[in-house]
Amino acid sequence: MIAIDGVGKWYGPVQVLKGCTTQVSKGEVVVVCGPSGSGKSTLIKTVNALEPFQEGAISVDGIALKDKRTDLPKLRARVGMVFQHFELFPHLSITDNLTLAQCKVLKRPREEARTRGLKLLERVGLSAHAQKFPGQLSGGQQQRVAIARALSMDPIVMLFDEPTSALDPEMVGEVLDVMVQLAREGMTMMCVTHEMGFARKVANRVIFMDRGEIVEDAQKEEFFGQPRSPRAQQFLSKILAH
Amino acid sequence: MFGDFDYKVILASLPYLFGTGMVFTVTLTALAASGGIVLGTIIAMMRLSGVAFLVPIARIYVDFMRSLPLVLVIFWFYFLVPYIGQWITGASRPISVGAFTSALITFTLFEAAFFSEIMRAGIQSIPRGQTSAAQALGLNYVQTMKSVILPQAFRNMLPLLLTQTIVLFQDTSLVYVISLTDFMGAASKVAQRDGRLVEMYIFAALVYLAICFSASFLVRRLQRRVAIIR
Ligand SMILES: Nc1ncnc2c1ncn2[C@@H]1O[C@H](COP(=O)(O)OP(=O)(O)OP(=O)(O)O)[C@@H](O)[C@H]1O
Ligand SMILES: [Mg+2]
Repeated sequence: MIAIDGVGKWYGPVQVLKGCTTQVSKGEVVVVCGPSGSGKSTLIKTVNALEPFQEGAISVDGIALKDKRTDLPKLRARVGMVFQHFELFPHLSITDNLTLAQCKVLKRPREEARTRGLKLLERVGLSAHAQKFPGQLSGGQQQRVAIARALSMDPIVMLFDEPTSALDPEMVGEVLDVMVQLAREGMTMMCVTHEMGFARKVANRVIFMDRGEIVEDAQKEEFFGQPRSPRAQQFLSKILAH
Repeated sequence: MFGDFDYKVILASLPYLFGTGMVFTVTLTALAASGGIVLGTIIAMMRLSGVAFLVPIARIYVDFMRSLPLVLVIFWFYFLVPYIGQWITGASRPISVGAFTSALITFTLFEAAFFSEIMRAGIQSIPRGQTSAAQALGLNYVQTMKSVILPQAFRNMLPLLLTQTIVLFQDTSLVYVISLTDFMGAASKVAQRDGRLVEMYIFAALVYLAICFSASFLVRRLQRRVAIIR
């Protein structure tokens, strides 16, 4: 579904991604972890071309991002993304947040988009808030709306960039529950997260990044059993400690 | 000096002052502000586009307009527009556009420079994540701007845009240089005709004060209401 092949990226003279190679198959849940600044966000943003990269190739569902003929907005519409800071549109009601892209990008009739949006809102348990504005919801609620918004485009794969790290601890669970449910339904997912409980529960593979490189890319059992690299071991013992 | 203050002059000239003068002032202000905000937004987007040749064009335009006194621009434009029109259409004689059209174009172009700086600040005040989120949903550049960035930028900047419009409202009195009659011009004409300078100029000042004061007051009230809940 996603094929990342030898991707290198520079910010000016600084190389932030080095020869990153991995793939995510249909229905697979891959968790990406690693210390701060290791390039996790950058890597996941290259997958839907929010960040350009200078070296290597990425293809999503067989479509090469670097290909000049690729219609990037159209491709992005099929790749759901959830951000650390939710990024709901604060000037639009929850309903409008859910229908905007459906109407503008997929050209769905307004009523159809509304029905689809409200159904997803119900799924994340927030039907009562359809008329509210993002600022009136808690962080956890906003992130659930953001997930519903991404799902409203019927994505073939979902990308998550630390979806719970901006949340108060008591709200982490409600967002993870939605993600677990999504994974169990067979959604293809690539998640940057440090929630190892989530990784244990639903991940197929875990990728560990450090200084722009994919240091470890292993099946879940293998990763939690005995990570091969000392850096991954160190990292794991640190975040599992609390 | 105030001994023979003549209220009747003011009363008698009210229909002319407001029916002709103020209608002109308000019309010109409203049209030029709307046009200036639209054009200013386009210039701001050019400036922020990062496109090699658009950025300097936008910057030079803004700097150029801000370096000239408005009076001069109005004056020059009035004489130049007919020739520019002739040049564009290839007509054999200068195209007469009329003083009002000329003034409207001038104010729109001039104010656009100021509005563009406000809109630029407004666009820049929207977090980058909003653009990312819009793009991640498949919105293209135009859709992202139109549905996500500009509505928020416009709302955040509404108080400043209105404040600039109040300045424009006062500046429209400069149209006297091309013999148009706005509210100030109308007051001035009556003053000269009846030799009642004190009455008319005091009255004109009071009207400007009343309008601009209450407008500023309303803008401040509005500022509190339109702030987007974050
Ligand atoms: N716009 C930018 N300009 C220059 N350097 C950048 C930019 N964005 C990120 N970087 C650098 O790229 C590197 C990778 O950043 P990235 O955000 O991908 O890390 P991360 O693994 O997501 O970290 P975190 O856990 O803190 O989110 C960091 O060293 C960062 O300083
Ligand atoms: Mg990050």
